[in-house]
Amino acid sequence: MSADDLLFTSGARAIARSVNRRERSAADIAEAVRVALPERDRDLGAYLTLTPDLMRQHARRVDERIAAGETLPLAGVPVAIKDNMCLRGTRTTCGSKMLENWIAPYTATAVGRLLAAGALPIGKTNMDEFAMGSSCENSALRTTRNPYDFDRVPGGSSGGSAAAVGAELATLALGSDTGGSIREPAAFCNVVGFKPTYGRVSRYGLIAFASSLDQIGPFARTVEDAALAYDAIAGYDPLDATSLNAPNEPTADALRTDLRGMRVGIVKEFGTADLGPAIHAAYAQAYADLAALGAELVEVELPTAKYGLATYYLIAPAECSSNLARFDGVRYGLRVDGADVGEMYEKTRAAGFGDEVKRRILIGTYALSSGYYDAYYVKAQKARTAIADDFKRAFARCDLIASPAASTPAFTFNAKSDPVAMYLMDYYTIPVSLAGLPALSVPCGAVVPEDGTRPMPLGLQLAAPLFSERLLLGAAHAYERATQHALKLPRPQIAKAP
Amino acid sequence: MISERSSVPPADAAAKYEAVIGIECHVELKTASKMFCGCPNAFGGEPNTQVCPVCLALPGALPVPNAAAIEHMIRAGLAFDCAIPAFSKFDRKNYFYPDMPKDYQISQYDMPLTQGGVVRYWLADGTLRECRLTRIHLEEDTGKSTHAGSGDGRIAGSTYSLVDFNRAGVPLMECVSDPDIRSADEAVAFLDALKRTFVQLGISDVKMEEGSLRCDANVSLRLRGAAEYGTKTEIKNMNSFRSVHRAIQSEIERQTGLLERGERIIQETRGWDEAGGVTHSMRSKEKAHDYRYFPDPDLVPMEIDAATVERVRAALPELPIARYERYVDAYKLSVAQATQLVDNASLAEYFDRAVDSAKSPAGVLNFVLGDLSRLANESGIEVAHSKVTPEALAELVALTDAKTINSKVAKDVLVRLWNDGGSAKAIVQADGLAQVSDPAAVGAFVDAALAANPKSVADFAAGKENALKFLIGQVMKASRGTANPALVETVLRDRMR
Amino acid sequence: MASDRIDVRHVAKLARLALTESEVLRYGSQLAGLLTFVDELRGLDTEHVGATAQVVESRNVTRPDVVGPCLSREDALAGAPQAQNGFFRVPKIIAAAE
Repeated sequence: MSADDLLFTSGARAIARSVNRRERSAADIAEAVRVALPERDRDLGAYLTLTPDLMRQHARRVDERIAAGETLPLAGVPVAIKDNMCLRGTRTTCGSKMLENWIAPYTATAVGRLLAAGALPIGKTNMDEFAMGSSCENSALRTTRNPYDFDRVPGGSSGGSAAAVGAELATLALGSDTGGSIREPAAFCNVVGFKPTYGRVSRYGLIAFASSLDQIGPFARTVEDAALAYDAIAGYDPLDATSLNAPNEPTADALRTDLRGMRVGIVKEFGTADLGPAIHAAYAQAYADLAALGAELVEVELPTAKYGLATYYLIAPAECSSNLARFDGVRYGLRVDGADVGEMYEKTRAAGFGDEVKRRILIGTYALSSGYYDAYYVKAQKARTAIADDFKRAFARCDLIASPAASTPAFTFNAKSDPVAMYLMDYYTIPVSLAGLPALSVPCGAVVPEDGTRPMPLGLQLAAPLFSERLLLGAAHAYERATQHALKLPRPQIAKAP
Repeated sequence: MISERSSVPPADAAAKYEAVIGIECHVELKTASKMFCGCPNAFGGEPNTQVCPVCLALPGALPVPNAAAIEHMIRAGLAFDCAIPAFSKFDRKNYFYPDMPKDYQISQYDMPLTQGGVVRYWLADGTLRECRLTRIHLEEDTGKSTHAGSGDGRIAGSTYSLVDFNRAGVPLMECVSDPDIRSADEAVAFLDALKRTFVQLGISDVKMEEGSLRCDANVSLRLRGAAEYGTKTEIKNMNSFRSVHRAIQSEIERQTGLLERGERIIQETRGWDEAGGVTHSMRSKEKAHDYRYFPDPDLVPMEIDAATVERVRAALPELPIARYERYVDAYKLSVAQATQLVDNASLAEYFDRAVDSAKSPAGVLNFVLGDLSRLANESGIEVAHSKVTPEALAELVALTDAKTINSKVAKDVLVRLWNDGGSAKAIVQADGLAQVSDPAAVGAFVDAALAANPKSVADFAAGKENALKFLIGQVMKASRGTANPALVETVLRDRMR
Repeated sequence: MASDRIDVRHVAKLARLALTESEVLRYGSQLAGLLTFVDELRGLDTEHVGATAQVVESRNVTRPDVVGPCLSREDALAGAPQAQNGFFRVPKIIAAAE
């Protein structure tokens, strides 16, 4: 087995099995990745920082532990980490000039757990600045391309992680999802992207965008691998007061092969006819495939879901305006000098933040400010309750809800210059986020966009009631196993066409 | 900055107005660790050595509340009869300042841990007063800035500042009073009441010199008898109880002067200048702050159930006001005596235990505030930690009250107890220190003294009363202080008649 | 002013963001557009709906009052744009009433 085969096409379970059986050492894998990665990522642009030394250290540690008789669920599995998660001693930028040279002095809980399970850190991946965006174009530091068409975006905000897994530059990756930032890029890059129930995975060490919505989750090329990664990172963390103090049920052993006895809700308000005939047909087929696996399709209503975007674009910016106040040039990160501290703040923040971040800070500050708080922020909080209640009612009639993961396949660079047009990409994912529900995107086909020549992947979003990760991943596995859409596309690009 | 030196207005002007004062004070809670992280809550330390990702607000760090701090708040609330709402939450107060790491402070806005309540306190003349509380809420302290380049460490004229975050994140409670206070004396007495209560509850050391209590005062004046409040000013930068008194007094005089001259009071913040003895306007041109409070999404709400409240209530010690009233009402202590005891909780507990055994508050008080306190001061050992047990003291008081020993002997026995411990009764018995009141025995001592001092007898006969004192002294000496002094005098006079 | 819906300059002051004239205009119109977009929430009747600040329903999540490790001073100050004698150094602070 060549290094390429092992690293770039094998799944996490297969790699871990071979390392645990000592058929291959983690050190060899780390070395293969170290040698191959810079060249393979040169044009794709998935990574902001590579961590070969750290990867080697972890590989050595993994080999020692296995030699000592341990079995590690992710032994020797090369992983990518979105650059909004702290990794001690490693540059952690959030895709921003503000933190371009910041070295994290501590490690995020989820990252620490992934590595403790035997994973090898390849590096940190590109993202929309502070996780605000749906295309990765808001990164201040690098352009990441879609592995299926270099003229197109990988999605966002976790675009680097999605592209790395999609282009076979990582076996697994961590992303974070606030309004769709795992699911949309997963759909764009032909991979599985899973956002757990809010509170399942510790946010400690995840640089906050919107605290009540942010959630870390895995990218993988199969549902099974996503489940393995999730099992490694999930669980109560005393360092995160919003982390759920509940026993964590492993999901990797709950994978099903059919959907018999399961009711899948198709949302009346989420019709796909407006998305064009090809996309409409793809989703109609996806729903039919669910039924063919034994699921009963039921129509459910989410009458308030249409308010999701408006609700989200008040709550998330409000929280972000406060979360990002700490980037003030005093303790870390960029500083632009000023005559006094106030001027220093204003110049630092003007220079350190990009357009989208500034827009969200401004709208969030406005929504919280005196005289507007009730009309905007409180109103949005109430709308959030209404949306969550809608989902509760819907889940009384079904076990899962199926919908598109994004409104379109990956679009070309600079196609969405109007902020609101970009926000509409997350129409299907945002209501789910507001309700805190677990959801994932699984590949469900491909369409050739009107302005393109290559088939671009589509993602099916499956959402489940709170804490129903086992149900969700089990069902997604059955769908994936029966349809195998991810494998139907040609191998992804890793270099620019000559 | 605008400075207005206040001239003291005439007394009749002062009598015309009534001051209306409200106090806001911040008290650092005594816990092992900080409010939202495990860094030590300790004063001092090299700069930036008691910090972690959380209290330094590093990207990605999250707060988790300290359970002990929340319980301290419930204790404080119950001590002042506050309501403990069943539901409470933390909010973010957003404003930028270099010593505020997150550029927001985790505080409580509309659902504080305690609401209402009343602080009962007493003045130096024994007058009892009450001041209602609006609320007490829990928040976190900021770091500390040192201003450099101005020569005097002040912010004005400084060219840069140095920030230490050791204090950032220390649990802080903010107590807000209603405007029920009417004078600078009352303000200080109110603060004394807060201080001694928090110390008694063990929830704060309340060391103003270390900044663990900081307070602001809202001051306005109105004509006596008027129902409406006047325009208030907020006084800041008072760093001792003495400066609170001086600042409020100065502000009352300044406002009185303005009103007497027919001028308006401007609603503003004024800083107390300790050296100059005046308040300065701290008006800034900026618009009023807009703190954009909202519920902190990193934290979950608190629900304090009745069982928790009752558990905390049951464990409360006797509070200073109750102890004060008991001493004054039941034991008839003076205001000063009661205050002295109440302000020294371990001494007061010692006192109570001794009184329990001796049933003589006055006798115990004499020793506790007299010789025992003197011995404690001289030795640096607290009375409660000395070898004199409350039970031994009670015996000593009983022996004295029963006139088994006289006061001179009692003092000697106390010193022996202080040095060696043991029982007062045993010492008195072993050394035959009991007072001799048998006329025959005393007569023998007297006869011996008369025989040995014929000149004094002659002097007495010549009308010199001093000679009698000398003879009494001789008898006492011969009897090693045990002779009943009153009987000695009677017998002496009788013999020399 | 780009928009009478939002005083961008005032909001930027609160958020401590220096804006150029052209940014004031651009953000003004973009934010006004966004406000129009979120105005659709007015169509949602929320009179009998509570506000959701957090979807997790846990309560009283605290930690025991136990001292844990601190960062070394070197780590604490490692990212500081300017440090001096163990302190973070900042430009002069203009005194303002809180």
